Amino acid sequence: MDFLISFVLALVALLILLQLTVLLLWVERKGSALIQDRVGANRANLFGGLLPFNLGIVNTLMADPLKLFHKEDIIPKDADAFLHWLAPFIAVLPLFVTFAVVPFGDVLVLGERVINLQAADVNVGLLFVLGMVSLGVYGVVIGGWASNSRYAFLGGVRGSAQMVSYEIGMGLALVAVVLTYGSLDLQEIARAQGQLMWGVIPAWGVFYQPLALVLFFIAGIAESKRPPFDLPEAESELVAGFYTEYSGSKQSMFMMSDFIEVAIVAALVTTLFFGGWQVPYLYRDGFHLPGGFFFGVPSLVVTILQVGAFLTKLFIFCWLQILVRWTYPRMRYDQLMNLGWKRLLPIGLANVVVTAVLVLALEGFTVP
Amino acid sequence: MIAFYFIAILTLASALMVVLHRNPIYSALGLVNTLFLIAVSFVMLDAELIAMLQVIVYAGAIVILFLFVIMLLNVETEVRTARVSRLGTAGLVLALLLALELGVFALVREPSSGTPELPAGFGSTELLAETLFSDGMLSFELTSLLLLVAVVGAVVMARRKVES
Amino acid sequence: MNPYIALLISFALCAIVAGIMCGASWLLGPKVENKAKSEIFETGNPPIGSIRGIRFPVKFYLTAILFVVFDIEVVFMYPWAVVFRRLGWIGLAEMAVFIAVLGVGLAYVWRVGALEWD
Repeated sequence: MDFLISFVLALVALLILLQLTVLLLWVERKGSALIQDRVGANRANLFGGLLPFNLGIVNTLMADPLKLFHKEDIIPKDADAFLHWLAPFIAVLPLFVTFAVVPFGDVLVLGERVINLQAADVNVGLLFVLGMVSLGVYGVVIGGWASNSRYAFLGGVRGSAQMVSYEIGMGLALVAVVLTYGSLDLQEIARAQGQLMWGVIPAWGVFYQPLALVLFFIAGIAESKRPPFDLPEAESELVAGFYTEYSGSKQSMFMMSDFIEVAIVAALVTTLFFGGWQVPYLYRDGFHLPGGFFFGVPSLVVTILQVGAFLTKLFIFCWLQILVRWTYPRMRYDQLMNLGWKRLLPIGLANVVVTAVLVLALEGFTVP
Repeated sequence: MIAFYFIAILTLASALMVVLHRNPIYSALGLVNTLFLIAVSFVMLDAELIAMLQVIVYAGAIVILFLFVIMLLNVETEVRTARVSRLGTAGLVLALLLALELGVFALVREPSSGTPELPAGFGSTELLAETLFSDGMLSFELTSLLLLVAVVGAVVMARRKVES
Repeated sequence: MNPYIALLISFALCAIVAGIMCGASWLLGPKVENKAKSEIFETGNPPIGSIRGIRFPVKFYLTAILFVVFDIEVVFMYPWAVVFRRLGWIGLAEMAVFIAVLGVGLAYVWRVGALEWD
């Protein structure tokens, strides 16, 4: 029975991620169209226009993946076929698994069972996420190498150097968060943010660590090689960088890894800085508003509200990343590396030291 | 126990791939696999923090360095020669000797009385961190010096190559 | 239930899904051999020289080594951050010394110009 519950939770986490990824593809296209004052993709028809109605988003959601999966899989001459298959697999697998430690709700009470809404409640969840992000670099390096093309190889090496530089920035930003909450367990951090500062404001991470939020957000966008940091796969300059020689579903896997990382950065930002699934003042039995009002709510409704809050916040941060993409011009590679090593790293270190001093000096600065 | 044997066999297979495969990229990937499986072994031994650190530092950083070095030096796929090298035979003999020693040692030794008592929270982050930063303070500070030496050394070596 | 077993279940599920998705084209797509298709894309020109002849810039190697060192530093900070409150000011002093030594390393690398990318 436990096994079944774990399996269902893992399946739910994976499905949330997959649906979000496909949805983000559509949101990206329509959102960029909105920002750029044009219409965007609206041509997908069912059965070649036989039906008098157009299902809109559903068509585009189905059309893109189905089209890509049916394209021919071309392996370039003299390229290693196994490595050619392995690269997108390694690129995508750690990112899929990362979502398993993200809590998407508090608990679900089914009769006597209290199910923790997190696929794997690992004590060192935050380190697990960092480890999986570290493993994601291999997809890029092997992808570039396995294509047997000089463009792709250089794109792969530059991409991996960039990812590697910003991993340190990400890690440092999160150290400050761990200092504040004193735990590496994502569900515990999410729960700790339910407390109230001065009885009124929920203790969300953004109030304690605004600088870490900015650092982490920038590092996260750079890590997923999204614009404005996308020189390794610059669409208008290097064709497609390290995944030039990929076609069909393998290429779609690389593109998906882009959106999966968007989702993961958004999930981490919500969980660590914005309370995760926390709805302000909502606890397991109902609303405890400041001023003493209590509003009882059945536990199933509480769960639904909390999962809904998580998904909403997740979506907001994905949308924020899409906005950032279509607002800023691309950064040059040396500007990119400068930002990573000369700005994010020293500022991250300073943030850690200042936070540590504040935690010791002010008794109320931590969450418990 | 079955889990341990399964993981152990996979680890050994990966390690053999590291050593025996002709293509150096496959060797590096075999190394990633081996290190990841060792992290899994750590998890089975309840040392979860060390397992995660193994993945982050070893499998996630050091092998990337290896891959960069392989590509830097343009290490080619080996051509398997027909004759058996002397070094390989010596290595095999020494490895068999080591296995023999370990086997004798394992069989002769008195079996221990069950699992030893582990302190509460063994392998957890809190216990390890408290020990590291109280008893192991000197080692910790010396580690920082070691890392500083590594950074300076790497920069000196790499820049000499650039200037030459 | 041991959370790592749940993690293993997640891992197996994701591996199967990712594997099928990566192999989907090979299973579902057409396979028509064509000389032009299997050539490397270099906007029409035949590629000169293979991947083996690339002079790999040494900057990348330096970036990777610096990454390893600073990654280890960050990784030491995590257990410290978890038990930080119990360690008090002495713990802060220890870590401050650690960060200072590595800060010297970063300053040296910065001054020498190893972080420059032309």
